[in-house]
Amino acid sequence: MNLLTSMGLLPLIGVGLIALLPATNAKLVKQSALLVSVLVAFLGITMTIGFDRGVTGFQYVERYSWIPSLGISYQLGVDGISLILILLSVLLVPIVILAGWNESEGGRFSVKTFYILILVLETMMIGVFAATDLFLFYVFFEAMLVPVYFLIGGYGSGARQAAAVKFLLYSLFGGLLMLASIIGIFVISGNQIGRTFDITALSTLEIDATTQNFLFLGFFIAFAIKAPLWPLHTWLPDAAKSATPGTSVLLLGVLDKVGTFGMIRYCVELFPEASRTFTPLIITQAVISIIYGAFLAIGQKDIKSLIAFTSISHFGFITLGIFAMTSQSNSGATLYMFNHGISTAALFLIAGWMISRRGSSTIADFGGLQRVTPILAWSFFIAGLSSLALPGLSSFVSEFLVLVGTYTRYPLAAVIATFGIILAALYILIPVQKALHGPTTAGNENLPDLNRREIAAIAPVIALIVALGFYPKPALEIINPAAQVTITKVGYSDPQPLVGGDK
Amino acid sequence: MGFQSPALEYGALAPMLIIFGVAIIGVIVEAFLSAKVRAPIQLAISLGAVVLSLSQVWRLRGSATTTAAVNSVVIDGPVLFMQGTILILSLFAFLLIADIDAFAAQASAVPGSNEEARALESGKIQTEVYPLTLFAIGGMMLFPAANDLITLFVALEVLSLPLYLMAGLSRRRRLLSQEAALKYFLLGAYSSAFFLFGAAFLYGFAGDVSLAGIRSAVSGGPGNDVFLIIGMVSLSVGLLFKVGAAPFHSWTPDVYQGAPTPITAFMAAATKVAAFGAMLRIFYVSLGGAVYSWKPIFTAIAILTMVVGSVIAIAQRDIKRMLAYSSIAHAGFLLTGVIALNQEGLKASLFYLASYGIATIGAFALVTLVRDSSGEVGDLNRWVGLAKRSPAIALIFSLFLLSFAGIPLTAGFIGKFTIFTAAYESGNIAVVVAGVLSSAIAAFFYIRVIVMIFFSDPAEDTVTVTIPSLYTNLTIWIAAIATLALGIFPAPFLDLIATFATFTR
Repeated sequence: MNLLTSMGLLPLIGVGLIALLPATNAKLVKQSALLVSVLVAFLGITMTIGFDRGVTGFQYVERYSWIPSLGISYQLGVDGISLILILLSVLLVPIVILAGWNESEGGRFSVKTFYILILVLETMMIGVFAATDLFLFYVFFEAMLVPVYFLIGGYGSGARQAAAVKFLLYSLFGGLLMLASIIGIFVISGNQIGRTFDITALSTLEIDATTQNFLFLGFFIAFAIKAPLWPLHTWLPDAAKSATPGTSVLLLGVLDKVGTFGMIRYCVELFPEASRTFTPLIITQAVISIIYGAFLAIGQKDIKSLIAFTSISHFGFITLGIFAMTSQSNSGATLYMFNHGISTAALFLIAGWMISRRGSSTIADFGGLQRVTPILAWSFFIAGLSSLALPGLSSFVSEFLVLVGTYTRYPLAAVIATFGIILAALYILIPVQKALHGPTTAGNENLPDLNRREIAAIAPVIALIVALGFYPKPALEIINPAAQVTITKVGYSDPQPLVGGDK
Repeated sequence: MGFQSPALEYGALAPMLIIFGVAIIGVIVEAFLSAKVRAPIQLAISLGAVVLSLSQVWRLRGSATTTAAVNSVVIDGPVLFMQGTILILSLFAFLLIADIDAFAAQASAVPGSNEEARALESGKIQTEVYPLTLFAIGGMMLFPAANDLITLFVALEVLSLPLYLMAGLSRRRRLLSQEAALKYFLLGAYSSAFFLFGAAFLYGFAGDVSLAGIRSAVSGGPGNDVFLIIGMVSLSVGLLFKVGAAPFHSWTPDVYQGAPTPITAFMAAATKVAAFGAMLRIFYVSLGGAVYSWKPIFTAIAILTMVVGSVIAIAQRDIKRMLAYSSIAHAGFLLTGVIALNQEGLKASLFYLASYGIATIGAFALVTLVRDSSGEVGDLNRWVGLAKRSPAIALIFSLFLLSFAGIPLTAGFIGKFTIFTAAYESGNIAVVVAGVLSSAIAAFFYIRVIVMIFFSDPAEDTVTVTIPSLYTNLTIWIAAIATLALGIFPAPFLDLIATFATFTR
């Protein structure tokens, strides 16, 4: 059987297995879930190693007819962009399971249900990135809302139900707008080349400018809600704050990437002309997101909200990179998706441990953790530095590529966005100073440091952050050909560096 | 020239004749058998009639289009499909009706009287609901098959009159039930009058009551266009009333709430198929030539219906009323299939009707299970925390709601997708956008119910979920499996529909 299908199926087999286990034996359930997710991660690594880097187009392609009368097929394949995001997903799931070993307890539903939801979500995440059939993509896009909804609403804290509903309604609204556009492009395909949802075929359609603009907007609004871009971001801080740290990692690390991934794969590649038309607007939005997210992050008192707002700023960078339409900025944006995934995962997981130790998520309640819990503090510090894009850590490479790539085409936007980096230093270093340094706040003297399980969960993430910071080449080799293809499809070529400043 | 007896094509009419025949036998059974044995016998012969009729529909499926009973009935692909759908939905409706305690022991007894109490106590329960349902089914099967306006009207009355009665048969809260029946009857009578008025004008326009005659008059006859417009508008009012489209929808919530739940399920699912079937035939076959006269109005009505159904549903506190408004919204979606006026629209409508019908039966079957000591509990506030006590029921109910909301991997999504595709193909993009936006609104109240069921703690005066009887259980599970199967593997069913979906003109 093909590798992609096996990867998608394996978590579902795990679900079947877990469903058969006795509900009383929580430990066994957790171990089985971890085992399954580790196996999937191995498959993901195997796939990455076997991926032919020099080739453009989709690999590991498989195709079966699903609903022939509507031209719908079960069609999977990966290019560099989707490969890197699938890899991110399958790596994060075991880490999340291991890191949040006790998150599943004390929720509204059973421990078993938690892991069933996580594994179902894993299948959906693989599917949404691997689908090369627009209909199949939509099915995964919508269906993945269901497990996330139950994960937030069932296991989170605080106003979790309200946050879950807000998340779901925002996403559904966007999804339905996208559905209208999907129907539109489907009908156009029926008129021109026969009914199909194959995205390679769809990208060859000749669509007149007005229709293209409307169809583009349907897709873009859905993805801008997902990603999320200012002013459609308001669901994210609530959801991230209420969800368990593990769910937040998957939500910000992977699910929101569906939005930025969709912008590349669907908005830009299917509607190149409309993308060009809307570029100024989107670039503006992206720059506002960068600055706005950063300012609000500085003002946050709650550590989870802080990370959520920093992500809004980072999604601004990613969107900026995508719509700047240079191969550098585009590669940078894709690498940024991966890097943001791992550094946010690190931040959220460590924040989660801090919160469960202290019983509070207010930054002011921590203080002097460096002395009490050195390993925890160092990990948080490194993750934070990666988040502010310190050279030598992974995010720096991607942020630099995005800014350089953007500057050659939109110098003003790039210059304003650069302020985001300065603000990033503020929103990371202020909480680092408050929570980690200084005198130990009363009540924190006896907090335990990370245990072995937690170290095992965070070590690979930190290692990745450092490794990709020094040596991003393997990742970039995978991404670059795909990014180049995207740029060519839109009909741009990279501006010459010499005339870069000339708008 | 003496009287010539009309030739009847018994073979082609068999599905309907079986149902009507057994309905009459049911009346005789009701009159002559003792109360103890009536219920099982009625159930057995009713189910037998439906199954037999279904087998006749299946036998006829490949045969060429025929007209029967002196051209008053046409048996073509869509008719057979709709008859089949109605019969399958009725089969489940009978299984729900078989839990006879939903119905008044004696419909004629005054509510709350001693007579009523005695009848209940002695077990002398009347079972006239079975033959009534059979008559209604017969009418529903005739409605989309009618080939002229007179037959159409007869079918409309045959299907409506039993439903008016059945709506008033509820055992509990009988006054509410009777009020619903009266309301349904009065408004139904008005709409029938409109229908007749329209039929008369169309006759005046075309000089012919047959659909084919009207068709040829529409496409370039000498008829008076004013008559055509008046006729079309009035006829449409009658039909739109039956499908519960705004602004003719106001009976729906009251009747759905007041009627015994098995009857509500039957009405919501099967009536919709029949009424849309007739509507599709009239507009596709006869009035297609005048599409530019009615399309703008129908587009407006479709949009209004979607929006009214979705928005008002948000404010509902009763599960049956909420489902009623949801059915109004779905009527709006289905109208887009009528307006599309293309082959895709017909196929999509047939799929939508079947998938919506089956999920509706399933959802109402579940409603019958949630009770307290005084009977079913419709109040949504008391459904809170249902998942804690009966997770299976909660999950299946959520599945039906997700299907209504059109979430992928459920039948509702495929239905919505195909019907909007047809609308888009016909160039009616406004209706697609309105449909998508009202789906978003509708999603809100479906999800709110799911939130109540799953994420809130049960209140003090908890309701109990009765263990479903075998019949109800069967209905619920088959409906749930069908909803999932049609959502995940719709291909065989879509192909089947494609073989049926051509109206004979």
